[in-house]
Amino acid sequence: MSEQSSRPVAGHVPVLRLGEVLLVTLQGDLYDTTAQQLQQDLSETIATSRVTGVVIDISGVEVVDSFLGRVLAEIAAQSELLAARTVLAGMRPAVAITLVELGLTLPGMRTALNTEAALELLTRPAVPSRSGGLRQESP
Amino acid sequence: MPTAAGVEARLPIRSDMDLVWVRQHVRQAAAQLGFGLVDQTKVLTAASELARNTLVHGGGGEVEVSHVTADGVSGLRLTFSDSGPGIPDLDRALSDGYTTGDGLGMGLGGARRLVHDFEVESAPGSGTTVRVTSWVGRRPGRPGEA
Amino acid sequence: MPEHEAGGTPTVEVRDFLRRRREQIAQRWADEPLFRTVFTVSRDEAVEAGKVVVDALAEVADAGRVEDPDAAGFSGLREQLSRMGAARSRAGLSTTQVSSELAALWPPVENLLVADMDEAPPERTRECASALGVLMGTLRLVAMQAALSEGQALIDRQRLQLLEVATPVIKLWDGIVAVPLIGTLDSARSQVVMETLLNAVVDQQARFAILDITGVPTVDSLVAQHLMKTVAAARLMGAECVVSGIRPAIAQTIVHLGLDLGTVKTRASLADALGHCLHELGTNIVNAAPDGAGRR
Repeated sequence: MSEQSSRPVAGHVPVLRLGEVLLVTLQGDLYDTTAQQLQQDLSETIATSRVTGVVIDISGVEVVDSFLGRVLAEIAAQSELLAARTVLAGMRPAVAITLVELGLTLPGMRTALNTEAALELLTRPAVPSRSGGLRQESP
Repeated sequence: MPTAAGVEARLPIRSDMDLVWVRQHVRQAAAQLGFGLVDQTKVLTAASELARNTLVHGGGGEVEVSHVTADGVSGLRLTFSDSGPGIPDLDRALSDGYTTGDGLGMGLGGARRLVHDFEVESAPGSGTTVRVTSWVGRRPGRPGEA
Repeated sequence: MPEHEAGGTPTVEVRDFLRRRREQIAQRWADEPLFRTVFTVSRDEAVEAGKVVVDALAEVADAGRVEDPDAAGFSGLREQLSRMGAARSRAGLSTTQVSSELAALWPPVENLLVADMDEAPPERTRECASALGVLMGTLRLVAMQAALSEGQALIDRQRLQLLEVATPVIKLWDGIVAVPLIGTLDSARSQVVMETLLNAVVDQQARFAILDITGVPTVDSLVAQHLMKTVAAARLMGAECVVSGIRPAIAQTIVHLGLDLGTVKTRASLADALGHCLHELGTNIVNAAPDGAGRR
């Protein structure tokens, strides 16, 4: 059970570049403005450099409300327009349960269990965005 | 066993930063009262939704956090109030957004599903007060129901 | 409900009495079985505990809510009363006996009050004694509630433990877990099933989770909703949840009720579901045929 009383508050989100993939790690509690800044920064980076994939690791996030959910969905949509695929990785069970209860099922968002699985997903030949949808091609 | 100390508070909601403080305080309060992880996450998420509503739609306000008991069961009560323009169409704002097409949910209806008890008073020109309560483990008066 | 005016309403007088006689009341209670047998380290400990109770009672009297077990003043007492009740239970007392011991706290206090008010008009004394009596009765109610709540909490915990034990998670393969369900799925159970399954997905980093409902007698719209929520949550986490064990009768019910399972993947049997998941994982199962040339 979470008894952590002093969670880090993210004023700036680190973005790592792994080849053509951007790895974004969200940690702790985000200010609204931080999330919006991230959205902007990602858009610019994807537009101005060769980026084909974005992995957003939320394994360190305890709360995803409708605002953050919307930001994540918009990041995915914007990336798609700029020819990059986005994967949301490592969502915690409690967060998933809460989002479903909230009615935020993020349809069309690719998801993965962890960063490794997310990168694997991005390096496969292109599959439609609905995770768990069409079968992958057998190697 | 829960004590009131550290739970009770009146927090301003006037800026972006206040939203984070509200979440941190509610998280601490919920943990102190003995909420399980999933229930903690639910009440915390509801608090975030309602606090943001107060800020964005209510023009700023405050939240009162309190520890309540009924039939020996502990509960966390959050009362969000603002003196903003009020909610014009309350029924619509509360309607179940579960099946809305865009899957992005709706503030009040969604938050309502995350807590046990939910009351809202609002009228154009007289501000809005939203009072939610979540009980630890089981709801009072309903033995055996999770 | 007594009103607060300047000067003495009965509850105000009771409050003042409690504050004034705090030490004496606690001293008398320290000799009562309920305190004496619980606070065995020293009599001082018992007296201190008694004072905590008196302070709480004074707070309730001050708020004018002597008949309300949910009054704020009582909330700080619940833990202590729980412990005292639990200690007496462990000593072999029945609930009735504990209740009697609580009732025994009243006469010493009443005697002190009456002695204090020997100069007052009899009617006044009666009013105050009555208010104090109600307050002591409410204290007894709070204590019994605390004991019941403790008992209920124990039952809830055990029930939850039973539910968790009854919800086994089986690792079928690397990356595939299964939860076979037996019995009816009510609201509480569905919640436990969902949490158990999703926690297993994280712990084992399993891309596939099979929820087998072969042993579930009926599926109604509520159960269907829970299944859909579980599948949706698993999806958000990056895993696929397949529902297996859809018997023909269940399939009929689902169609008749017009239940829309959306994009939930279903299979008739656990074996079929396993086959599907293995295929998705890109795993080939090869039969070792006797002539060594077998290939599925």
